[in-house]
Amino acid sequence: MANIIEVKDLVKKFGDFVAVKDVTFSVEEGGIFAFLGPNGAGKSTTIKMLTTLLRPTSGLVRINGYDPLTHPDAARHSFGIVFQDPSLDEDLTALENLELHGALYNVPKNILKARIDELLTLVELSDRRNDFVRDFSGGMKRRLEIARGLLHHPKIIFLDEPTLGLDPQTRNHLWSYVQKLNADEGITVFFTTHYMEEADRIAKNIAIIDHGVIIAQGSSGELQKQTDTKTLEEAFLKLTGNAIRDEVASSSDKMRTHSQRWRGGRR
Amino acid sequence: MKAIYIMWLREVKRFVRSKSRIVGALGQPLLFLVALGYGLGPVFAKAGQGNYLEFIAPGIIGMTIIFTAIFNGMQVIWDRQFGFLKETMVAPVSRLSIMFGRTLGGATVSTLQGVLVLILATVAGFRPVSLSGIFPAFIIMLLIALLFSALGIMVASLLKDMQGFQLIMNFLVMPLVFLSGAFFPLNNVPAALLAVARFDPLSYGIDALRYFLIGAATFPLVLDISVLVAITAIFLWLGSYFFSKIEV
Repeated sequence: MANIIEVKDLVKKFGDFVAVKDVTFSVEEGGIFAFLGPNGAGKSTTIKMLTTLLRPTSGLVRINGYDPLTHPDAARHSFGIVFQDPSLDEDLTALENLELHGALYNVPKNILKARIDELLTLVELSDRRNDFVRDFSGGMKRRLEIARGLLHHPKIIFLDEPTLGLDPQTRNHLWSYVQKLNADEGITVFFTTHYMEEADRIAKNIAIIDHGVIIAQGSSGELQKQTDTKTLEEAFLKLTGNAIRDEVASSSDKMRTHSQRWRGGRR
Repeated sequence: MKAIYIMWLREVKRFVRSKSRIVGALGQPLLFLVALGYGLGPVFAKAGQGNYLEFIAPGIIGMTIIFTAIFNGMQVIWDRQFGFLKETMVAPVSRLSIMFGRTLGGATVSTLQGVLVLILATVAGFRPVSLSGIFPAFIIMLLIALLFSALGIMVASLLKDMQGFQLIMNFLVMPLVFLSGAFFPLNNVPAALLAVARFDPLSYGIDALRYFLIGAATFPLVLDISVLVAITAIFLWLGSYFFSKIEV
């Protein structure tokens, strides 16, 4: 089958900090792809480059055949995304957030209404639809965010740690809905997670990134075979080491302030 | 079109719902109207310039519009910090229409605020020279509002966080207001001050407002409107350029 996401020699530098060193992978159409890595490995930076939010320093990206750099709108038409951090308008109600998304993605009115009902039921927010998002708990915001990301059925859906902070019930609901979308509509799923059992259960293909480089690729079984381990978690730890990545996280914070200062100075 | 409408609707909804913001934004104009209008009124009259309250009412309407419009534009920074900006940046609509919708929304809101101040001024004793001037005055208010909404979004696109806000207020907005002739007639000021005021787009906006509301103006009306339209077009263009370059 054809590859719907194509990434080759992708590099992103912030000043002299290299967040993504050299990333190459592809995702085939209709696949479920897990993108794993420790904190600060370059996952979110890569996703931002795939979804037109960041300009790569160098390298090639194709989303549904389009270059996000030269054809951003065509690329944006092809995907939906659930961000890792919040992106709701807290001064609007849950329903208004969904309607706004529907309008931006040009979902026809009759379909929109049915989908909103379906998704609000899925994330169990039906009775809170007219409440302001600012009054929601963290978990509720997360659920609404997921509902919104699935609202228009795109060709590719990016889920950046979608299940972070959700209870097992909601997690299971979410994944079965995503699997159903994948099976029924052939939507390609690209997700990141820290729960290895999710990746093991859901993903057909896995790539592991560390220090801005892809260090292993394949199905869960292949990765376990490669590393001579019995679970995906063991394989992941063997590949990325046991060290906790506080160091990396703080240096990426430094990178952020550094890049801010640099940009500030330039202007 | 849908995207422009929905972004416009968002701005209007947020404004109508924040009662405290509406009332809060009326406090300052009221203070200026009462303190300056009545306080400096006698001096102004003695200098043979007429009724000061009538004179500054259009200036204070202009001031309210620029404050509201710039503040509204700066919400791009809040949206960046609270993450909502990303949602609009990955949407498959041109950033031009996102920026346009936001600008129109900000302009609508600022014009409404300007109308509220006009009503407030009427309560305080201001009388427009003729009723037929009120409608064209709305159009001028909308033009001023568009111009500074676009400027606000442009500035906000260049800033990373709210720390720069104070800087913008003190070194951009305040000078624009105080050098625009909002509070004093530009007819007899020193040449240097007049020269500066001529570079301030708000001068032309307030001048045109005065033309329609009190029937007196410094510049020809055609010049006022041409400058407003031209600068609005430039700021819209620049604003959408910088907005489209935002990386989240």
